[in-house]
Amino acid sequence: MSPHSLTAAFPPVNQHYLLQARQMQALSFAVHIPLVAFGISFPAMVLFVEWLGHRRKDELYLTLARRWSKVMVTLFAVGVITGTVLSFEMGLLWPNFTGTFGPVFGLGFALEGFSFFLEAIFIGIYVYGWRRLSPRVHLLSGIPIVITGVTGSLLVIAVNAWMNHPGGFTIRHGKVVHVDPLRALFGNSYLWNELIHMYVAAYIVTGFVLASCYAFCRLRGRWTRYERTAMTIPLTIGALAAPVQILVGDWAARDVAQTQPIKLAAIEGLYKTTRGAPEHLLGWYSDHQLKGAIAVPHLLSILTDHSWNGRVLGLDSVPASQRPPVNVVHWAFQTMVGIGSLLALVGAIYLGIWVVRRRLPQTPLFYYALMLAGPLSVVALIAGWVVTEVGRQPWVVYHVMPTAAAVTGAHGIPVGYSVLAGAYVIVAAALAWILRRLARAPLNLPLEPPSQLQAA
Amino acid sequence: MLLQSLPLVFVLAGVALYTVLGGADLGAGFWQLASARDNDGRSIREFAHRAMAPVWETNHVWLIFILTVLWTSYPKAFASITSTLAVPLFIALLGIVARGAAYALRAGATTPRESGRIDSIFALSSILVPFALGTAIGGIASNRVPVGNAAGHMWSSWLNSTSIVIGILAVASSAYMAAVYLAADAAHDGEQTLERSFRLRALGSGVVAGAVAIAGVFVVNADDHHLFHSLLSGRALAAVIVSGLAGLATLLFVYRRRYELARYEASLAVAAIVAGWALSRWPTILPALTVHQAAADHDTLVCVVVAVLGGAVVLMPSLAVLFGLTVGGRFRDDERSAPEQGTGIRRAVNVRLLARVAVACLIAGFGLLNIADAEWAHAVGVTCLLGFVGIGFCAIVVPALDAQAADR
Repeated sequence: MSPHSLTAAFPPVNQHYLLQARQMQALSFAVHIPLVAFGISFPAMVLFVEWLGHRRKDELYLTLARRWSKVMVTLFAVGVITGTVLSFEMGLLWPNFTGTFGPVFGLGFALEGFSFFLEAIFIGIYVYGWRRLSPRVHLLSGIPIVITGVTGSLLVIAVNAWMNHPGGFTIRHGKVVHVDPLRALFGNSYLWNELIHMYVAAYIVTGFVLASCYAFCRLRGRWTRYERTAMTIPLTIGALAAPVQILVGDWAARDVAQTQPIKLAAIEGLYKTTRGAPEHLLGWYSDHQLKGAIAVPHLLSILTDHSWNGRVLGLDSVPASQRPPVNVVHWAFQTMVGIGSLLALVGAIYLGIWVVRRRLPQTPLFYYALMLAGPLSVVALIAGWVVTEVGRQPWVVYHVMPTAAAVTGAHGIPVGYSVLAGAYVIVAAALAWILRRLARAPLNLPLEPPSQLQAA
Repeated sequence: MLLQSLPLVFVLAGVALYTVLGGADLGAGFWQLASARDNDGRSIREFAHRAMAPVWETNHVWLIFILTVLWTSYPKAFASITSTLAVPLFIALLGIVARGAAYALRAGATTPRESGRIDSIFALSSILVPFALGTAIGGIASNRVPVGNAAGHMWSSWLNSTSIVIGILAVASSAYMAAVYLAADAAHDGEQTLERSFRLRALGSGVVAGAVAIAGVFVVNADDHHLFHSLLSGRALAAVIVSGLAGLATLLFVYRRRYELARYEASLAVAAIVAGWALSRWPTILPALTVHQAAADHDTLVCVVVAVLGGAVVLMPSLAVLFGLTVGGRFRDDERSAPEQGTGIRRAVNVRLLARVAVACLIAGFGLLNIADAEWAHAVGVTCLLGFVGIGFCAIVVPALDAQAADR
């Protein structure tokens, strides 16, 4: 498909603030995506703990589930508003994209709307229904939240996968015709690796962020059975998911190498098309080469092509105007992989100590590392999306519609951008305030044992 | 032609439902602002908050529904509207952000002073949202949104007399919807004082909304005679009359304390005026853009219709459960029923076996996903890896929690 053959819904406009529009979108996305991670995986953890509580008739688990559910609904509420911002921006910032391709990808969001609807309904029932519904009904009312958390993000990721690997339509005489929305959204090989990569990421982020909160408790000297339980469950999930993510990431990268070779070239800072290409660690891309990087010979070819001398396409295979900003993509990738490996290491230490000694790690160093692992996992999540989205540039629909052709003709983007950024700062501060409040609420556990840190 | 117009019917139904359900939600904020700073006022604010907290997210999703169906089915119309009316829509968006944040914050407020401050933010944004959305509707209704990427005027498209009168009407009707909803809720709970005050507020705001609507007719006549004329002729006139009668009936029902019926009548009044407006401009959706021209491809429309109808089958019973629980008052009962203490029956889990299966899954997953190249192998490999996480979790967490329960 030649990009020049597309005639969009409206003629192109001269938008002076395209970069600001992109940054505004990126900001909204970066704020929203950690909340999505919690939306995918947190309900399952809360339900698991509640189930344990009923099964073992243990008030500690029920208390934990109740407290987590308060955090869950708070994060959901903030996720609702940040998600609304994103759907408004589809029209406010990119009307020519939505106006041209709405019939192709829009169904994904329409279906996601229903999924979101059900999620909101059952989260209302679940969170306000503690102690008002019978334990069995209450537990059951949580199951739709788990399912809709999965389906909602599946549908949105289907749209993103379509933007990266478009299909399900034909361009004839510049017009988008023969639209098959189901094939566009679900008949796309790209959907699966993006989806699995994001799901595993969601469990890693939720697992490590929760665990890091309780690691902080331990360092502050609060270490009762409650904190240990609350740390063990998410940390076990995160520790198991982190190594899996390395394998899933390798799979995703091979798919990128096949369908978006220029994105891969930007990730690696590879200018010239090379046989037996080396893998680069670190380094800064300038003057068509990666400077100061550590090269591992042939590794890139082995990883992407499974052959010693496989050919890897370089940035020089397309005109300069069609290349993404290399350093952003390269460094986002390094950040993601670096943090991902660290998380897997922290997880492996925890698992190793458990398997050998049958106890939790005791050195404070581990808990300092774990405390950092939570925020770092969020950084890795955002960095991963930067790779996907900035690596897609300069296209909004890969090789079909340039981002510049999608932007609005409206004035005042810098004003909107700064106001939204200010609003997000306030929302973030408010969220921090309320989460602290929720964490400080008294536990009210019967027969609370004294701090066990000295005994441990 | 039916297929091309059906999604528009869904959108308009969404607008009517958002006006009624979302309106009740937004209007609750209006009453929080309008209530006195004394104990009575505090109980009104508290009640309004508790009644809305479980349902606000749900009420809010109607807006998302409208947006997504519109951009999938009538992409050009959607893009023209959002680009020209970017300013009021952005203002509404900020209001929605502030409201949602206030809802979340309210859960952490402990002192009356804190809740009072949060309620003020909440209330101001609750008025801003319907007003801004109303002005946007006014811009579309008075044909100030031409087809194109930000082709209309950035300011006059929504700062004009028709827009402003519809914005005020949106605020007034939201206040009315909220008062009726809260009166019904208070009646359910047997809160007689609160019921009385909300009933009084419902009657007052209902009269105001009616007066604004009638005044609006004259304003529209002065601003856009064509819109005025088309609203008061043919099928549109019938719809306007139905709307007026339903408006009168809803007030009567409030007066007779039949709040449920009042809500249905109010929905009818809104739906009728929305229908009347749609009929008055049929078959155009924007100036020089007919529904047929704006509609997406055949396959997309079929998918949208199937998705909406199928979604409704799942959605409606769920909504009924939620509203049944909230309006039924079951969520307001703060009785704490502690579970009986005891040690549960624990089934012995063969942890070692689980751990071995998990490791086997990891190795198989690595081979199939990372070494093999076939698509089927990748699918099986991913399943194996997810199995590793799940089985491994069981193998570790069960003994680990047992160990903690035994305080080791």
